[in-house]
Amino acid sequence: MGDERSGRFAALDSAAVNQDGFLREEHAAGLVTMSSPADPEPSLKVEGGRVVELDARPEAEFDVIDEFVARHGIDLAVATEAMALEPVQIARMLVDINVPREEVVRIGRGLTPAALARAVALLRPAEMVLALTKMRSRRTPSNQAHVTNRLDDPLLIAADAATAVAFGFRELETTVPVLGDAPCNALAMLIGSQVAAAGALTQCSIEESQELLLGLRGLTTYAETISLYGTEQVFVDGDDTPFSKAFLASAYASRGLKLRVTSGAGAEVLMGAAEGCSMLYLEARCVKLAWAIGAQGVQNGAIEGINIAGSLPRGMAEAVAENLMVMMCGLESCSGNDTLMSQSDIRRTAHIMPIFLAGSDFLFSGFGSVTAYDNMFGPSNFNGDDLDDYLVLQRDWGVDGGLRPVAEEGLLEVRRRAATAVRDVLHHLGLASFDDARVEAVVAAHGSKDLEELDPQIVLDAAQGIVERPVTAVEVVAALAATGHAAEAERVMGMLRQRLLGTYLQTAAVLDEEMNVLSARTDPNDYRGPGTGYGLSPARQAEVDGIRQARTREDLLGEFGRPLDGVAFRELGDAAPGTDPREVAVGVSPSFGAEINWTLSGQSVWEALRQVLAGIEEEECVGRVLKVRHTIDVGLIGLTAARLAGSGVGIGLQAKGTALIHRRDLPPLANLELLSVAPVITAEMYRTVGQNAARHVKGAPLKPLRNPYTEETIGARYHASTVGLVAIERSASQPGAAPVDLEVVR
Amino acid sequence: MTRAFSGRPLADVTVDAAVRGELEADDVRIHPDTLREQAAVAEAADDERLGANLRRAAELTALADEDLLRIYGALRPGRASAEELAAVREELLERGATRCAALVEEAIASYRRRGLTR
Repeated sequence: MGDERSGRFAALDSAAVNQDGFLREEHAAGLVTMSSPADPEPSLKVEGGRVVELDARPEAEFDVIDEFVARHGIDLAVATEAMALEPVQIARMLVDINVPREEVVRIGRGLTPAALARAVALLRPAEMVLALTKMRSRRTPSNQAHVTNRLDDPLLIAADAATAVAFGFRELETTVPVLGDAPCNALAMLIGSQVAAAGALTQCSIEESQELLLGLRGLTTYAETISLYGTEQVFVDGDDTPFSKAFLASAYASRGLKLRVTSGAGAEVLMGAAEGCSMLYLEARCVKLAWAIGAQGVQNGAIEGINIAGSLPRGMAEAVAENLMVMMCGLESCSGNDTLMSQSDIRRTAHIMPIFLAGSDFLFSGFGSVTAYDNMFGPSNFNGDDLDDYLVLQRDWGVDGGLRPVAEEGLLEVRRRAATAVRDVLHHLGLASFDDARVEAVVAAHGSKDLEELDPQIVLDAAQGIVERPVTAVEVVAALAATGHAAEAERVMGMLRQRLLGTYLQTAAVLDEEMNVLSARTDPNDYRGPGTGYGLSPARQAEVDGIRQARTREDLLGEFGRPLDGVAFRELGDAAPGTDPREVAVGVSPSFGAEINWTLSGQSVWEALRQVLAGIEEEECVGRVLKVRHTIDVGLIGLTAARLAGSGVGIGLQAKGTALIHRRDLPPLANLELLSVAPVITAEMYRTVGQNAARHVKGAPLKPLRNPYTEETIGARYHASTVGLVAIERSASQPGAAPVDLEVVR
Repeated sequence: MTRAFSGRPLADVTVDAAVRGELEADDVRIHPDTLREQAAVAEAADDERLGANLRRAAELTALADEDLLRIYGALRPGRASAEELAAVREELLERGATRCAALVEEAIASYRRRGLTR
């Protein structure tokens, strides 16, 4: 290629998607999503109740993962039946509404990893959405948030945790830029999570032993970052084995803590030890392992690895297939979507769609509820500044994505209560002191960059104090009560009581805001085709529909009907045909200057009219104003005016700002010039309309008048208002009423 | 009736009790019977694996936090010799944690074969 460039390609090069990296498949390196030549043929040999061959590998060659899966990860009671099925038969079961979820799970648990992967790989994307809808464990969908900040500011953690719960998140995950801060974050989030509503679960993602310690102290209520990997090398590099993870899972449960494991495509490739296998097959090993160790659920869907999976063909589909395998083993799915997978808004939105439409136990395993720069996991695929987008998407599709609109005023109050409660508890326990000004700054803050830097030692000292005393959740409850935060004290105690009940250890458990456990046991997904399964209740539907931006006709009347200052319009008698050959008639619409005083461009109707009249006058013609009452159509308004004008030339001017020039001998739709895009019409353009109308009268050359074309989403931005304004015009119109002359009173 | 590990009834695990300083760590720890009940719930729903995990957990309620952390550490790759793991297994058996001991026994065999002992 020489220096010659296509302008089209130069523009494409600068598209956001081209900041993403894309790779060609390379099987040997494991850079392949759905299947690889190195993936084993599914096989299972059982002798005397013992698995002696798993996916083409004899027992003597089992690695530590094979071993654990062979001993615990295959339900031998159904394995013969399950492994006899062709992959396509299993794939069809997934989408067949006549095969209940429980039956697919029964079969799924009898499959080997290779057989599991092979079946889901056969599904097309739309089939995956149906399968997800049917197969997720819990009936009611839910969502999880990341709550972190750059400073590990405990007041901000609390305020943001409260914010997340206000928006509807039921699990909150924090982590730290500074490991030593973790206990302080965990404590702040435990309190903050219980302010807006009761029952949100919290976790602090750090190194395995330290995470366990926080749980043992009662400062967290669940654990998630218990990582599993699909090859032995990477598992061991990750400083664990399936056996140590199995022990860890039981250790958490022994203290009444919920736990899920984490896996997902890409980790093995990034560690250079994928053994040439596909991401889907390696993940199938993780999923079977998760079930084998007795975890109730899995966080997958590529997780951070989405950037590797997403660089390859079918990467997004692979991520969803991972979630589906989890569901096929009857486990809770915490479904990824938690890493910014693209610079392109189009692409990152496309990534969430299957799970978003189908619903999941947790649609995101970390929606970044804070602003992106404060997300210490790295930006999530959706972040705090995307919340309105997400709420609108819920409303667009009529789906329950787990979130709800929040009013600004209520949110400030919730943030204040959370920040104050944590401030008071830290002070009461002698851990740290923050003044009122800091609380107020946190309440108002968009993110930590709005706050003054915090001496890092303050948080470290508080965290160290929590570990060394040690501060337990019981003391937190007492401190909340002692400092006047009775409601929060009760709710944190409520979370401790859950640890004694143990019911939220069941698969896919969340607590609703009334502290009911919703799980695969109490709220099993019963989707069996249209008309079954989870649907939005009328109350929930109203909540999803009630985004704060939605406006009523009354709102529009208030906005566009704001009174005009210093000008009024008075209707005179029926308009008679004019006789002055220089007369140009300006017909205005029924609500002009009455119900509607302001145009879509933000100018008053008087400003638009004044400019038109001035333009007519500048061309030595005479303007006359009529109100056309019988129609709201701007063409007919203009034509009506033209027929009454002495010159035969008229202008139609709608209250919302649309304008055109008409002549009495033309058909209604054949106007001379039209300014149709009301939101972008300037004062100067209204003047030109007046001038050109007069030039039509004189037969003079016209001034150029072009609709201003723009890249903005004029339609999306204004059509909602336009529809409302048209409705107002319609009710102001009087069919059969004759046009009247209109006097401008100043 | 649900009781805490200490035997304290759930109904007595309250904010007032916390304020009065009555609640010890074992008053907010799950009781092994509760875990076994939840294991039975999982098994009744055909999830034997979750059930098995909760039954191991019931055994582990007898261990102190420090012991849990220590045994977890010993099971990590390359941390303990086969002999040390065998001692862990013995310790678990002595504490009545037979299911956990069986897990460690499997681990010893697997770690030996795959070179994951110290």
